[in-house]
Amino acid sequence: MAGAAVLGRLTWRVATVLDVRPETARAKTLVLGVDGWPGHRAGQHLDVRLTSEDGYQAQRSYSIASAPRQDRLELTVERIDDGEVSPYLAGDDLREGDRFEVRGPVGGYFVWRSDAAGDVLLVAGGSGIVPLMAMVRQRAEETSPVPTRLLYSARSWDDVIYRDELERLAGAGFEPLFTLTRSQPAGWTGYARRVDASLLGEVAPTPPAATFVCGPTPFVEAAASALVGLRHPPERIKTERFGPTGG
Amino acid sequence: MLDGNAVAGLLQEVFGTDVTAATGTCASCTAVDAVGAVHVYVAAGVVLRCPHCGSVLMRVVRSDKRLWVDLRGLRSLQLESI
Amino acid sequence: MPIVSRGFKGKRRGEGPSDRVPPGQYLTDDFPVLSAGPTPHTPVDQWDFTITGEVDELTRWTWDEFRALPSETFTVDIHCVTKWSKLDTVWEGVRLDTLLERVETAVDYATAYCDGGYTTNVPLADLAGGRAWVVYGYDGELLDPEHGGPARLLVPHLYFWKSAKWVRGLRLTATDEPGFWESNGYNLYGDPWREQRYWGD
Ligand SMILES: Cc1cc2nc3c(=O)[nH]c(=O)nc-3n(C[C@H](O)[C@H](O)[C@H](O)COP(=O)(O)OP(=O)(O)OC[C@H]3O[C@@H](n4cnc5c(N)ncnc54)[C@H](O)[C@@H]3O)c2cc1C
Ligand SMILES: [Zn+2]
Repeated sequence: MAGAAVLGRLTWRVATVLDVRPETARAKTLVLGVDGWPGHRAGQHLDVRLTSEDGYQAQRSYSIASAPRQDRLELTVERIDDGEVSPYLAGDDLREGDRFEVRGPVGGYFVWRSDAAGDVLLVAGGSGIVPLMAMVRQRAEETSPVPTRLLYSARSWDDVIYRDELERLAGAGFEPLFTLTRSQPAGWTGYARRVDASLLGEVAPTPPAATFVCGPTPFVEAAASALVGLRHPPERIKTERFGPTGG
Repeated sequence: MLDGNAVAGLLQEVFGTDVTAATGTCASCTAVDAVGAVHVYVAAGVVLRCPHCGSVLMRVVRSDKRLWVDLRGLRSLQLESI
Repeated sequence: MPIVSRGFKGKRRGEGPSDRVPPGQYLTDDFPVLSAGPTPHTPVDQWDFTITGEVDELTRWTWDEFRALPSETFTVDIHCVTKWSKLDTVWEGVRLDTLLERVETAVDYATAYCDGGYTTNVPLADLAGGRAWVVYGYDGELLDPEHGGPARLLVPHLYFWKSAKWVRGLRLTATDEPGFWESNGYNLYGDPWREQRYWGD
């Protein structure tokens, strides 16, 4: 079935909001039911299209946060205050029963193969955790033994999306590491600096079999070039840039 | 700047299948990269650029009725046959 | 038919007065940044503006020479083909008339060329008559690199993709030669009032 998810014509489908869960002050998880959803692979995203009463449309991409399954899927959207789409999806008004359009899943490059051998490094900046979380969740569901280390950079402990779940999933070969770049809770023993070559060198002293880096464009650029500088083979590093689109 | 992942949907409209996992050869510098990994700029249309030399690999313009695709900067595209 | 998302309005401010806002456009207060490539950041001591092509003599201005030309501060509305329009934008720069009066040519078309390789074609008639400028100031400040600084072309009566960022010169041509977008789907002329967005519009 894995291949089927990336094949065939793309059509816009109606997504119905089944549930909305706050994750942090700025991020919400939307549980969606999508008629005819073909299933997805961890790491893929979909395109969301919103249409106003008078026909105005806006389209953005959102990663799928949930592990692959057919009947429902989850997105996690972080609100960007002067944004057009994220304040709608992660705002206070969206509720159960609301509908918008999605197409996908799309993307066959930034995907995790649960049958691949070798250890995995996941590097997330902010909402860049979302597609990596699909990988972490699938790994847990399949009780995969693949050694997986997550380095997750967030501004503060309260900005860490999926915090409790990540801590709960720790162990059995999964090691979540956090770096908090703006403020740290009292007694914080994790990292408290930006993701750079020295931090990545500590977290991944030897190049893993596969690395996935995702987050805002400057974060991804910095992390990926630091890894290459540490002599990680570039072909083992996959990146996904969330934007912003300017510049 | 974004990357090829961000336009996976648009490219699937163009090619009828996912091409972000396909590899493209830059016509200017012959570097080979996964389409998902190349640099993408979104303006009046979408511009894919070689991450090594900056040359335009592909341009896609979309109207309500049509798609225009300029592939001059791409020497070759390798897809997995299924 | 696409389904309507309850309560979604978008960021636009509305459609605005129909004598100011062309069909199919929405007003914005933002100044969206659209770029077909990375921002070049050319230092002004390496910048010049050149008129070449079908001309009797190549004409070139350095940055200092260019800044010494008669300039004006003016207010116009701009219309991007991606459907946003912005009213009352204030610019400072040199009229194309001022540049073109130095040049002898028998041809009717121009291609603007830019740092980064972008090009766009405009009939010379549209660059003349006080309807087009090379601008280096926006809203009382030097033009920001992300909006085209040190200097961009400004042809506000055509869609904004014609107002090439990081412009470095004009090449005058006998025929209308499609530029970067015009060669792949976008309209050769681009009049927003006639909604000339794409080929065949
Ligand atoms: C492949 C892909 C997957 C994505 N997955 C997710 C996801 O799972 N969750 C999620 O929350 N977002 C995700 N994004 C980002 C998302 O598509 C939107 O860009 C984001 O929600 C902002 O949209 P907006 O309409 O609210 O803002 P816009 O109206 O597009 O932008 C408003 C302002 O915010 C700036 N801006 C835009 N995007 C960002 C950003 N990411 N960070 C900081 N500033 C920004 C813009 O430059 C602009 O100034 C993904 C992007 C891509 C390309
Ligand atoms: Zn190249």
